[in-house]
Amino acid sequence: MTNQHNEHPWEVKSPWITPFNVVAALIVLVGIYLTYLRFTGGLAAVTNLDDNYPWGIWISFDLLCGVALAAGGYTTAAACYVFGIKKYHAAVRPAVLTAFLGYALVVFALHYDVGQPWRLAYPIFVQQGTTSVLFEVGLCVFLYVTVLFLEFLPAPLERLGIKRVRNIMIKLTLVLTVFGVILSTMHQSSLGALYLILPSKMHPLWYSTHLPIYFFVSSMFAGLSMVIFESTLSHRWYHNRMDKSHLEGTPHVTFGFAKAAAWIMAGYFFIKFFGVVLNNNWAYLNTFYGMIFSIEMLGFVALPAFLYIKGVKTRNIKLIRWTAVLTVFGIIFNRFNVSLVAYNYHLPSEMKYFPALAEIGVTIFVITIGLIVFKFIATRTPIFYELPEYKGSH
Amino acid sequence: MNRRKFLGAIGAAGLTITGAGKVLAGEKPVMGAAVKDVEGLPDSYAVLFDSNICIGCRQCEMGCQQENQLPEPDVDFHDPRIFEQTRRTDWKTYTLINQYDDEAPGVGWLYRKTQCMHCLEPACAHSCFVKAFSKRQDGAVVYDRKVCVGCRYCMMACPFNIPAYEYHIALDPLVTKCTFCEHRLLDGREPACVEVCPVRAMEFGTRTEMLNLARRRILDNPDMYVDHIYGEHEMGGTNWLYLSPVPFPEIGMRMDLGTTPAGNYTSGALGGVPIITAFWPVLLVGAYAIARRKDKIAREERDQYVSRMIAQAGPEVGRKLAERLSKAQELDQAAIEEEVRKALAEAAAKTESEEAH
Ligand code: SF4
Ligand code: SF4
Ligand code: SF4
Repeated sequence: MTNQHNEHPWEVKSPWITPFNVVAALIVLVGIYLTYLRFTGGLAAVTNLDDNYPWGIWISFDLLCGVALAAGGYTTAAACYVFGIKKYHAAVRPAVLTAFLGYALVVFALHYDVGQPWRLAYPIFVQQGTTSVLFEVGLCVFLYVTVLFLEFLPAPLERLGIKRVRNIMIKLTLVLTVFGVILSTMHQSSLGALYLILPSKMHPLWYSTHLPIYFFVSSMFAGLSMVIFESTLSHRWYHNRMDKSHLEGTPHVTFGFAKAAAWIMAGYFFIKFFGVVLNNNWAYLNTFYGMIFSIEMLGFVALPAFLYIKGVKTRNIKLIRWTAVLTVFGIIFNRFNVSLVAYNYHLPSEMKYFPALAEIGVTIFVITIGLIVFKFIATRTPIFYELPEYKGSH
Repeated sequence: MNRRKFLGAIGAAGLTITGAGKVLAGEKPVMGAAVKDVEGLPDSYAVLFDSNICIGCRQCEMGCQQENQLPEPDVDFHDPRIFEQTRRTDWKTYTLINQYDDEAPGVGWLYRKTQCMHCLEPACAHSCFVKAFSKRQDGAVVYDRKVCVGCRYCMMACPFNIPAYEYHIALDPLVTKCTFCEHRLLDGREPACVEVCPVRAMEFGTRTEMLNLARRRILDNPDMYVDHIYGEHEMGGTNWLYLSPVPFPEIGMRMDLGTTPAGNYTSGALGGVPIITAFWPVLLVGAYAIARRKDKIAREERDQYVSRMIAQAGPEVGRKLAERLSKAQELDQAAIEEEVRKALAEAAAKTESEEAH
C-alpha cells in the first residue's frame, strides 16, 4: 500500500464497464428472476424450508450474521464518540454506512422470508406481541435503522451543501451514538434470546440461558473485525478516494480494533467455557457435535484472539487483516451452528435442512445489492474523505 | 458522557423491556407468565385421548378434514399404507394417527393421535410478535390470520412441532394447526374428531373432569396404563391430555420437555437484568482495552509534537519541552498544545533578544 494520497478525492470518476459492474449486473438479473419465482410460487418454489425447518439461511445468514456483522457501526461510533478516541474518526463513516446498509438489507431480505411482507410493520404499529423476543428484535432493528440513517445523513448533506440540517445532525452525534449502543445491546442479545424458548429442540452445547450474552459479546468482536476486514477491501478499491487523515487513521484503527477484539474474544472464550462447565456438558464434547463445537471455540475464537495479539505485538498488519477474515468466518460459523446445526439436532439426517440453490442465490443477490449501493454512495459522498469546508468539524 | 453514566443508560434501557404479558384472549385476559394464578384454567374444555382404546381407524382424521373443509388428503383415509411412515401435521392435516407397534400397517394395537395440544401457556402465543396466536378462556389456542406476518417463529417455538405452513402459497400463506374446533366450543359442542370416534378413544369435558377421569382409569386398571397423565404438567400443562399403555416416548411423546411453561424461558432475558449484570464485566474489559490504547495514542501524539518541535525550533527548545512534558504524565491534548505554544513563544522571544543584541 502506498502512502501517497489524492488531494482531491471527491473528483475521482469511475468507468461504467468494470468487472465488478458486469458481475453485479448478472447477479441482479438472476436475483430479479428468483424474486419473481418467490412471489409467484411461494417459499416452496425457491427454498428447502419445511414444517420442521421454518427458518433457513435467510434467517441464519441474512438476519443473524447480517446483524452481527453490521455491529461495526455501534462499536466504531462508540469508540470514537463515547470513549473519545478521535484517532478512530476516519473509520466512523465507512462503518456507519456499512451498518446502515447492513440493517437495511436485513429488512429487505426479510421481505422475501416472511409470508406477509406488507405486514412487517404490524408488530410495531398494529398489535404488539410484547411477550415475544422477536418483538424486541423487530422494534430495536426498526429504531436502529432509523438511528443509523440519521447518523449517516451528514455525508450526503455535506455533498449536497445543505449546511444547516447537516450541522444539526452533527450536534446529535453523541445522542445518536449512545442510543445506537443501547439499541444494539438489546437486539444483538435478543437474536440469541430467540432460541431460548425452544430448549427441547436445541443441542445442549449451544443452548444456554446465556445465549443473549454470547450473541451480544460476539457481536462486538464481529463488528470490530468487520471494520478491519472492510477497510482492507476499501483500501484496495477506493484508495484514490481517501484523504490523508483517512489513510493515516487506518493503522490506528486496525491495531486498536485488533487489540480490543482480542480482549473481548478472550472474555467470550471464557464465558463460553464456563457455560460448558456450569451445564456440565463435558460428555457432549466427545461426540460429532462436540467436535463442531470445539472447532468453533478453538479454531474460530481462541486462535484468532491469539493471532490478533500476535499481530499487534509484532505490528504485522497483514496478519491482523487475515485474522479479521478468520473471525468473520467464525461468527458465521457460530450463527449457523446455533440456528441450523444445534437446532433440531435430534432429527434424523434425512429430515435435516440444506439450503436450495435458489435460496443461496437470493442471499448472494441481497449481498450484491449491498455492494452496489455501498459503491454508489461511497463514490458520491464524503465517506473516505472530508470535504475541505467541513474538515475537522465533526 | 462519561463511562459510568453511559453504562447506566444501557442498564436502564434493558430494564424497560419486560417479559411478562398477556397471551390470553377474551374479555378477561390474564397474565401469560402467571397462569398459575388461575390454576391452569380448570373450567376450560379439555380432551383426554386414551391410546389403550384407539384402533387406528382414522375416522377422526376424516371428521377433522370435513369439519374444517381441508383439502383432500394425499393418501385415502382408508389406506393402511399410510402407517408405514411416521407423519407430522402439515397444512392439509390438522390431526393424524401414527402407529407405534411392530405389527403390519393398520392391524396393530398401538396408535396415537397428534394435533395441537392447546397448551395452557402456549409457546406459539408467547413467541408471536404480533399476537396472532392467543389462548382463549375456553381452552382453545386460536389464530388470527388477519395479523399474522408469516415469520414462522411460532413454528420454531412450539415444543410439539404442531404449526405447519403453506409454503406453496405465494400470497397470504397461513400458519395452520388444529383449532380445537373453536367454533363448536362456542356452543359447548365437542370437537369433530371426538364426536366421530367410533370407540370413544377421546373424552371431552372440563380440564378438571378430564384429569379426574384419567386418574380414575389409571387407578382402576393399574397394569393397563403407565402412571402418568401426559399434558397435566408438560410445558406448564395442556388442554389435550393423554393416557398410554407404554412409556410415552414409545408413542413419540417426549418426556424431557419439563414442566416449565415456554414463556418462562424468555421472560428472564426480556427482563434484561441478567444480561446486563453478566455482560458488564466483559464490556468493561473491552472498554478498558480501548481506553489503554487511547492513552498510548496520546503519548505517541505527544512524542510526535516533541520531535516536530525539535525540528522546528532547534534541539534546545525541544529538550526543554520534553522535560516539562515528562514531568506531567497526564496531560491531555489541550494541555500539550498549551505547553507547545509556551515553548514556541519562549523560543521566539529568545531568538528576538538574540537578534536585538
Ligand atoms: S401445541 Fe404448539 S401450537 Fe399447540 S398450543 Fe402448544 S405451542 Fe401452540
Ligand atoms: S407466523 Fe404468524 S402466527 Fe406465527 S409467530 Fe409469526 S406472525 Fe405470529
Ligand atoms: S377415530 Fe378414534 S379410534 Fe379412530 S383413529 Fe381416531 S381416535 Fe383412533
